[in-house]
Amino acid sequence: MSVDMRTFLAHVELANPITTAAGCASSGRELAQFFDLHRLGALTTRSITMAPRAGRPTPRMAETPSGMLNAVGLQGPGIEAFLERELPWLAQRGIKTIVSIGGGTVAEYSELARRLADAPGVTALEVNLSCPNMEDRGRVFAREGSAAAEVIASVRSIMRYDVPVVAKLAPDVADIVSVARACVDAGADALSMINNPLGMTIDTEALRPSLAAVTGGLSGPAILPLAVRCVWQVHAALPGVPLIGVGGVMTGSDAFQLVLAGACAVGVGTALFHDPYACLRIERELEDLLRARGLQRLADAVGLAHRPPGSAPRHLLVDSEETTP
Amino acid sequence: MQVTGTVLTTRRVDAYHALTVVAPGVAERYRPGHFVSVAVGGAQTSMVTRRALTIHDVKSDYGGTVELVFTVRGPGTAWLAERRARDTLDLVGPLGRPFPLPRDPAHCVLVGSEYGSAVLFPLADALLERGCRVDFVLGGAGAERVFGAMRARRIAETTTLTTEDGSLGLRGKVTDALPSVIADTRADAVYACAPMATLRAVTAVAMEFDIPVQVAVEESMACGIGVCMTCVLPVIGDDGVTRMVRACAEGPVFRGERVRFEDVGTIPFDALGAPGGGARHVS
Repeated sequence: MSVDMRTFLAHVELANPITTAAGCASSGRELAQFFDLHRLGALTTRSITMAPRAGRPTPRMAETPSGMLNAVGLQGPGIEAFLERELPWLAQRGIKTIVSIGGGTVAEYSELARRLADAPGVTALEVNLSCPNMEDRGRVFAREGSAAAEVIASVRSIMRYDVPVVAKLAPDVADIVSVARACVDAGADALSMINNPLGMTIDTEALRPSLAAVTGGLSGPAILPLAVRCVWQVHAALPGVPLIGVGGVMTGSDAFQLVLAGACAVGVGTALFHDPYACLRIERELEDLLRARGLQRLADAVGLAHRPPGSAPRHLLVDSEETTP
Repeated sequence: MQVTGTVLTTRRVDAYHALTVVAPGVAERYRPGHFVSVAVGGAQTSMVTRRALTIHDVKSDYGGTVELVFTVRGPGTAWLAERRARDTLDLVGPLGRPFPLPRDPAHCVLVGSEYGSAVLFPLADALLERGCRVDFVLGGAGAERVFGAMRARRIAETTTLTTEDGSLGLRGKVTDALPSVIADTRADAVYACAPMATLRAVTAVAMEFDIPVQVAVEESMACGIGVCMTCVLPVIGDDGVTRMVRACAEGPVFRGERVRFEDVGTIPFDALGAPGGGARHVS
């Protein structure tokens, strides 16, 4: 029995639920040396900004227990070079591409959306809301529903109707559900969560912070429970909204947790640094797990853990199905 | 590209560790300057980043083996140092851009400090094969931290050793000995692998003699394959523009004079996309 792994991000169909997490697949070409990118549900690009960005000084990375901190600072080529070189490379190969964008003002996000609105090869647009808002003393958009909603509403009004707009949410908020709801009300077709929570380590020999930028985003298996919690809460509040679960997924069973919590797609990030083939392995493992649980379609597993305690499993195990009268 | 290798032998080389791993796919494609990245800690590891390791030797036995050299610097490399014969290792490689080799026979000085020297030996073999003259300058803090002195003596025309404590060879740094070696051998090119400060000094010496210098940098990396963007350093491109480039994908070998050593660890104000560089055009 093969499991139907197709999933829908709003109305866009993906062949399977595994995507790369924003910023973890660079331009795509690096991973293409290892495997055929068509085997991904979709490739998510790094967050593209208007101008080229050199990013943060080094050291940008510190390993932490079951995770790592990074402070790359959205290093990237800028929208111009992205549209000239990186997106066409992906588009010509027909690779489903979720373009992530990042900006410092609502106007910058809007301009990015304008530039991408007519570009061929944009499967969906992911709005990285964890960027400092220049008009709000550098506080990130994702920390407040109204700031996030302003960006989403503007981007949504500019993007073509058939390109879903995905809001990428941060876990560093008091109430992720209210931010999620604000984004959906502003027109977000789907939500992606979670972005890296902020963390910090101190080098006890140099007696200084390990990262040049002092704080950095925590990623890796350490944040999986945080991601599962966020997906769970948002799916419970907004069951109709497609969610991309991201955060510390290293195995198929990690991905399965996010799916059971309510994600219909799963982003793989830090696992790619450890294993370039992680996406394929996780997809295979997830398929095996679904089959072992007697689930014939991925869609049947989305949010399954939300069913009330004591209720009968919606799907009988395959083995028992044959023996049931 | 990704290989589950089996450890064949382990040994101590002076103050360093060396692992010989059967890794056919890696050995076959290897060229001097390439490196590999290794997953550490086993299947259930809590260490999510890979360790980039230098390849010291490649042999064709057992379908292809690579010898990796490292020093224990933390829990990851400590785990590697505990590997024994028949253990398996998850390798990805060969990675990076290798050393460019001179088209015609040339006089080459190879400068290495600490275990950075390891990468120079396969390079020396390749240069000798092309009829080049090879001279070594190897150094370290003390005698036991000079890597590969014996092998260098065997294959090179001359080998100059330096230690900071004077326990072996000349007292001082490799760059103290380098000018006279370049002059004596009438060198055409310099190749170097060492910590950043040494590479900076080596490049300065080579530029004084107006000869090309190729440096292999040792930056800390998380992935080694060009996706994590953590191993960047400022390098001047062919167009004269400084970019923050990845040591793993665009390097680890660079033309010495192109690397802005004095700005490593910062974002130079004139680098492409530097903050406040006037490039920010928000409409």
